Amino acid sequence: MSQDVVKSPSQLKQKEMIRRNYDKITSGEVKVSSTFVPGNLNELLMCFDIANNLPEINAIQNGMRKKSGEMIVEAERSGHSEDVCTYVKADIGMMARGNIAPNGKPMPDPDLLLLSYTGCFTFMKWFELLREEYRCPTVMLHVPYAADGRPTQNMRDYIVKQLKEEVIPTLEQVSGIKFDIDRLREYLRKSARAEDDLVWMLEQAKRKPSPIDCYFGGVYYMGPIFTAFRGTDDAIEYYRLLRAEIEQRIEQGLGAMTPEGDMPEEKYRLVVEGPPNWTSFRDFWKMFYEEGAVVVASSYTKVGGVYDYDGFRHDPEHPLESLADYCLGVYTNRNLPTRVDMLARNVIEYEADGLLINSIKSCNSFSAGQLVMMREVEKLTGKPAAFIETDLVDPRYFSAANVKNRLESYFQMIDQKRRAGGSGPAAPATMNKRS
Amino acid sequence: MATKSVKQIVDFCQEIYADLDFTRARQWKEAEPGRKVIGYMPVYVPREIIHAAGMLPLGILGGGADMEVIHGDAYYQSYICRIPRSTIDLAITGKLDFVDGMLFPSICDVIRNLTGIWQLMFKEKYVRYFDTPQNFRDEIGGRFYAHELGELRADLEELAGRKISDAQLNRSIAVYNENREWVNRVYDYRSATPWKAPAFEVYLLMRAGMVLPPEEHSALLRDYLAAAEAEDRPLRDNCRVVMTGSFCEQPPLNLIKSIELAGCYIVDDDFMLVNRWLLEEVPTDGDPLANLCRAFLHHSAETAAKYEADMEKKGSYLLGLIEKRGAEGVIFAAPSFCDPALLDQPMIVRRVAERNIPYITMQYAENSGQMQPIREQAGTFADSIKLWSAS
Ligand code: SF4
Ligand code: SF4
Repeated sequence: MSQDVVKSPSQLKQKEMIRRNYDKITSGEVKVSSTFVPGNLNELLMCFDIANNLPEINAIQNGMRKKSGEMIVEAERSGHSEDVCTYVKADIGMMARGNIAPNGKPMPDPDLLLLSYTGCFTFMKWFELLREEYRCPTVMLHVPYAADGRPTQNMRDYIVKQLKEEVIPTLEQVSGIKFDIDRLREYLRKSARAEDDLVWMLEQAKRKPSPIDCYFGGVYYMGPIFTAFRGTDDAIEYYRLLRAEIEQRIEQGLGAMTPEGDMPEEKYRLVVEGPPNWTSFRDFWKMFYEEGAVVVASSYTKVGGVYDYDGFRHDPEHPLESLADYCLGVYTNRNLPTRVDMLARNVIEYEADGLLINSIKSCNSFSAGQLVMMREVEKLTGKPAAFIETDLVDPRYFSAANVKNRLESYFQMIDQKRRAGGSGPAAPATMNKRS
Repeated sequence: MATKSVKQIVDFCQEIYADLDFTRARQWKEAEPGRKVIGYMPVYVPREIIHAAGMLPLGILGGGADMEVIHGDAYYQSYICRIPRSTIDLAITGKLDFVDGMLFPSICDVIRNLTGIWQLMFKEKYVRYFDTPQNFRDEIGGRFYAHELGELRADLEELAGRKISDAQLNRSIAVYNENREWVNRVYDYRSATPWKAPAFEVYLLMRAGMVLPPEEHSALLRDYLAAAEAEDRPLRDNCRVVMTGSFCEQPPLNLIKSIELAGCYIVDDDFMLVNRWLLEEVPTDGDPLANLCRAFLHHSAETAAKYEADMEKKGSYLLGLIEKRGAEGVIFAAPSFCDPALLDQPMIVRRVAERNIPYITMQYAENSGQMQPIREQAGTFADSIKLWSAS
């Protein structure tokens, strides 16, 4: 994840953290667990000195380096359907091509598959598929879906019981280390500290101009907390550096940072729902900042944990319960009415011009229902919404011309609204016709 | 009462199948004041609890091949399977207005999110996402599931305005035990004499079970078995196949017919698994919810929607069916864009291929119209199986 402009201390810090983590994973000296971003149990893995390898992040890295396309085709050739999630296929294709980590060294086979089944059905199949290849211990943590908007005690108890009777014993067995709950408490304390700074950072986008972009920039800012660093001093340090940099930007009255420097003028403020496209990430971002559009809030920056909406923090006083609440609360584990409420509140509280949905072909968890969500948010906010369609790491599904057109008409629509002085919902720009 | 002919029975089922207004269910509801209907989607809900509440469980399986989806495309992107879009169309056009509540089982993220769409769009209706455990230990997943069943019971009690007693639950469990027994008898009968019970007829019979009260459905199955046995039908030189992957969005009836016409007797399948999800009789005494819970954990069918903790057992349900039915091949037929079926498929295919069992794969949508390619594919498959067994 590099940027063209001179790197700031936080960026350098993050780069260094990622490099060290890949070096650790590929060193062959530590036990490695593969696990997923949403509902990842990083603090718990750290209690057993197990390194955390996240296949989604590998797929993203491969997407940004334009390698995922071939990997996906490779997986399709070996019998995987064109219709399914491309993260899975990029991962399987990566394996078929020697499983080379972004640091150029071969990825060791995992010692454990920790299947955190949180917010996405595909996760379950993905790790069943990986298990076929690696034949290593696999442990499942089933996180029930918070279908009524809030988790129940039954759900919480079920997760805690699985942690106690399935996950922890497996981690002990794989690592040979006995579980120490005080060690977990210590990591959770550190998580909460970093999370405080993270929420502060997210909320700065309420300022005008926003000193940060919470989607394209946001994916970098969320990196440490969503991946292998939650619970570490490194993460605390990263968010401290980031906070200082943002404070400085605020003092200087600067807008969001882009790969080509500071955004000169903030013309549009958007809330975005859905993950970004990774294969054309830079081009995609450029379509926004060239037009003066900044993303002030996004649901993708909640995919590895929601910290702002209802104030969740990891809690060292209730370690396992708080891991359960964390898992239950990730964005894609929340029901549609809650997601609508979050997005609508974002539009209002961050004084955005409207909601843009980037609907991802791969991802039913995010995408199924987004057209209804869009209309609901429009109704609640009176602001226009727009809908574009791309994919995560399959370059075949990113049509730059199409996306650019949609965005341009959306910006025009916002201009028209402003000129008319009205704020009623306009006809959304959709491309949802079944071919 | 005069015995019914196969044709009469099949015509009756066909009428139920084609009726997207669910007239029979409406009539059932109107027959007595205060009656309620609870819709459910694939793959499994414990219908026993709905039945014990005095309500009619109504299986909703999308709009089928003939329904023109008018509104649904404004709700779903082109890369999402068809069943949610036709189901929402049914709801928007008022065809489900008489349904008092909906249960959306935990089968995939599309059905899961449909819960939310219902919550947003039909606020006055009872809606429940019915979660089942992916941990199958009694003291972990079992405890969670028993609670979920308890919550469902309490919800339905509130909706019914009365308590559901254990005795009522046990009676309903017995009713469904009997229904499953008749369902299994029909499946066994078809497997033993597939020329007497063509797949499309069995399909229609099972579809009738989505709408009729279980007692009526059991009687219908019994009548069919008697009628089919009395009829003389020619034995064809067909091969025997199991169809799998069609546990949610249903294939068009023409697809089932085409496969059989092309020379494949379908001797087992996973259409409407709810009819036979529980593999053993559920005890009818003791704590009914605990019994339903144990049945789910330890004696239920396998689909892509369920986690298989033991890799060695992956695919064993299908392999067991192939053996039990003496099948010579497998047709993997999955709905387009169906993540569960399509992600599971390579793992099951591998196991089938390792055993040298011939197979083909195909994709469909509930409204697929073109049957010529299916006929050709299935015909070639049947020929190759015959060659295979001759060699
Ligand atoms: S379906 Fe969505 S949430 Fe699930 S693995 Fe794919 S991209 Fe991630
Ligand atoms: S057809 Fe497949 S993807 Fe579609 S709703 Fe059913 S299980 Fe889900």
